[in-house]
Amino acid sequence: MAQVAETYRAGAIVVEAPWSRATPGGAKVGSGYMRIKNTGSEPDRLVGGSTTVAERFEVHRSTVVEGVARMEPVTGGLEIGPGQTVELKPGALHAMLVNLRQGLNPGDTVKGMLIFEKAGVLKIEYRVGGIGAQAAPAAANVHQGH
Amino acid sequence: MSSTLKIIRWIAFGLITVLLLQIGFFAWHWYRGETSGSRFAQPIITTTGVPDVGGPFSLVNHRGERVTQDTFKGKPTVYFFGFTHCPEVCPTTLFEMTQHLKDLGPDADRLNVVFVTVDPERDTPELLKTYMESFDPRIVALTGTPEEVTAATKAFRVAYRKVPTEGGNYTMEHSASVIVTDAQGGFVSLIDYHEDKATALAKLKRAIRG
Repeated sequence: MAQVAETYRAGAIVVEAPWSRATPGGAKVGSGYMRIKNTGSEPDRLVGGSTTVAERFEVHRSTVVEGVARMEPVTGGLEIGPGQTVELKPGALHAMLVNLRQGLNPGDTVKGMLIFEKAGVLKIEYRVGGIGAQAAPAAANVHQGH
Repeated sequence: MSSTLKIIRWIAFGLITVLLLQIGFFAWHWYRGETSGSRFAQPIITTTGVPDVGGPFSLVNHRGERVTQDTFKGKPTVYFFGFTHCPEVCPTTLFEMTQHLKDLGPDADRLNVVFVTVDPERDTPELLKTYMESFDPRIVALTGTPEEVTAATKAFRVAYRKVPTEGGNYTMEHSASVIVTDAQGGFVSLIDYHEDKATALAKLKRAIRG
């Protein structure tokens, strides 16, 4: 049975399968991953966001080049061109949840909000996977046996 | 007539000389390209044939105990550098190291695994103690004064840099490679961040076998 990833829509923007990773004890930062599709004919930008678990929401790009790990903030918003899908995933673009008020555990869900320049505010929910997870945890077994 | 022949002979001789010089020039460039060009670029190696990595250090572990390079002698040791305000690379490396120790089975006890923070201002022994509870209990986390941490990074030829971010925060840039030493603290190998699990595990096994 195929499991359908959670999909959230606001205007021309569709956000699929937001997820996060469990955090080690005492960690003050977490991460957020998702696919963002722009189904419209105009470019849009992810200009901000928030979650109920952290003070701040930032978009960063991680790189490991010539053995050096770096993190660059994406400034001026993350552009999603018309017809484009931008993926936030481990080791690349990601949302950084800064100053966590609580640790994240596998199986948790985290409520959050994304703000797009044109599509406006979109409420989403992140599923929390393991500490080293490389992909979104499987969706809960809902609607089975129908 | 004879003077014309002489001229032709001189022209031919000249052309052959130019050709030979050109061949020599290209051969020399080819040779240089093969030996010192990017295709076979070699790291600078000391006369012993072993990079000078792993000098003396004095730091504090996540249980609050003072440790030095001698603490880890007697077993091959894996060192890597990072910080806890790191959303991706550092927890991933610690998680993978936890997996490697599990995969090594009983051999894991013949190896030291050491995580050194490059952010001593925020990473106190107390915070590291809580942080390390999420990983294999055999992994030791080290911190110290900023000067002690700088000295340790120099000993291991590890680059790191504080980078200011929004809202008065900062993040750290740092070498993400894992350094493997033998039981005497001598350099054995590097595990690159992008190396696959099987290769990394093979390097750890090789270090354990000595």
